Amino acid sequence: MKINFRNQSRLGEFAITTLIKIAGYSAILFVGMIFLFLMLEGLPATRQVSLDSLLSDRWYPIEDYFGVLPLLGGSLLITLGATLIAVPFGIGTAVYLSEIAPRWLREILKPLVEVLGGLPSVVLGFLGILVLSPYLRVLLDLPTGLSALTGAVLLGGIAIPTVVSVAEDALDAVPKSYRDASLAMGATEWQTIWRVTLPAARSGVLTAIMLGVGRAIGETMTVMMVTGNAPIVPKGLGDLFSPVRTMTATIAAEMGEVANGSVHYHVLFLIGIILFLISLVVNVTASAVVFRSKKSQDRILS
Amino acid sequence: MKSRWLAVLFSFLILITISSCGNSSAQNEPASQVVGNIENKGSDTIVNLALAWAEEYQTIHPEIRLSVTGGGSGTGIAALINGTVDIANASRQIKEEERENALANGSEPVEFVIARDAIAVIVHLDNPVDHLTLQQISDIYSGKLTNWSQVGGEDRPIVRLSRETNSGTHVYFLEEVIRLGEKGNTTLFSRDTLLLPSSEGITAEIRQNPNAIGYDGLGYVTEEMKVLGIASADGEEFVFPSQETVNSGAYPIARDLYMYTNGQPDGVVAAYLSWILSPEAQAIVSELGFVPVQQ
Repeated sequence: MKINFRNQSRLGEFAITTLIKIAGYSAILFVGMIFLFLMLEGLPATRQVSLDSLLSDRWYPIEDYFGVLPLLGGSLLITLGATLIAVPFGIGTAVYLSEIAPRWLREILKPLVEVLGGLPSVVLGFLGILVLSPYLRVLLDLPTGLSALTGAVLLGGIAIPTVVSVAEDALDAVPKSYRDASLAMGATEWQTIWRVTLPAARSGVLTAIMLGVGRAIGETMTVMMVTGNAPIVPKGLGDLFSPVRTMTATIAAEMGEVANGSVHYHVLFLIGIILFLISLVVNVTASAVVFRSKKSQDRILS
Repeated sequence: MKSRWLAVLFSFLILITISSCGNSSAQNEPASQVVGNIENKGSDTIVNLALAWAEEYQTIHPEIRLSVTGGGSGTGIAALINGTVDIANASRQIKEEERENALANGSEPVEFVIARDAIAVIVHLDNPVDHLTLQQISDIYSGKLTNWSQVGGEDRPIVRLSRETNSGTHVYFLEEVIRLGEKGNTTLFSRDTLLLPSSEGITAEIRQNPNAIGYDGLGYVTEEMKVLGIASADGEEFVFPSQETVNSGAYPIARDLYMYTNGQPDGVVAAYLSWILSPEAQAIVSELGFVPVQQ
């Protein structure tokens, strides 16, 4: 009986570890397969369209203009704008929640921030069209409120909950003894936050920023609704006030109509590859930063 | 996007109504009464009209199931070529490459003109400009004219609004207005033209922005925006879009609306299409602000 029981539990153990292993490896497998699929569908575009025309500044696919620079520029500009908004607000909120707010307020605020993160982006898009874009047009005397700025503000709003959530967890994980030591040395509360707590939570805060950036660059629905989708190459931060077209909005708007296997179809997949590579770079940078700072921390502690 | 969501919502509603119709008739008659299934997809311009037709047709012929969805002319024709729909709605004629694709797939698209539509050029209610010539509209959209004062309005920048490139209306406007219908004319939309994904996006911006100019099917125009009179050339009379001016040919930017089938239709699809061209169904066309096809 005993041996039988043991055998059974071993069998169960084996089955469960195998299942977990499969689940773990499947993520790698899926990413690999998605990348392969993107490559197969997107790379033909580099043969069908010359590099010159891919790097030109006009995107008008129904007349075979396939310049991706306006789309790339549009995505980067909006992501940059969103980061400029999300980082100070997000980290500020995280510091307030973790270091300053009384416990009861924090218990209320943190779930609220997370609810904000769960808002469907199409709802934010409606808010953008009906409220934010008319408001910004009148406030800043712009020709139209459907601009990169409106997109950046909304994307910033979308990224803030991600930044807050991750950064707050990182700040929370800093041992209380660090703060106590700093305060005991006569540092003020602000000096403690700025010189001790934030640097100690550096890697988590950087991860928060990177995740926020990743969230912003992949967002589609909101930007498609509020940025005006005009394919102009942005020349600087001043172009935040004019309309732009992003890579994600282009794929979403045009994928439905392309004939399977046409040049336009392959170019849209090529844009998908560019997006994939960008988010890969963002993620790798994030984990490299975390890895490096962990190592230096270990050195300090040892 | 709103119109597309609405289209999806409406098609669900219709499916629900049909299935409830089916249930009620199933109590009296056997369920095998449902003899036909028609899938209908395409142009967002036509979707409301196609839905109204489908509703009406189902009250007369409860044995037919019809489902209608939007998505754009290109989307509908692509679905027809892939064989997933019976009828594609299009606000433009099928392109040569699309026809070739269909032939390669072993089917020949057959065209039916099912209604006519005027493209209204619209501006904000406070815009003092009342009319433009076709040449002026072309110059505005190609980027030659950039300020309303150049066409007799206030000193304001012109913000150009257009539908996305998958819209049949976009293609029609490019060929017949911006290029003035001339073959070999390769003028393009100015780069800073806003490409909005839905009719609703255009009307929302026109309602609140006095700098904006846009275009849309006459069926989408409401009281909250101003329709411009259009002259086909300098010195010609300015004509406002209406059923009369479209049918008399006086209004210069009007087009046919199409349905396409895979090969000559037969059975239920043929019966439905011939009903659509009947006076009874064409009456619905004028109710929705489109122009009936003349018999």
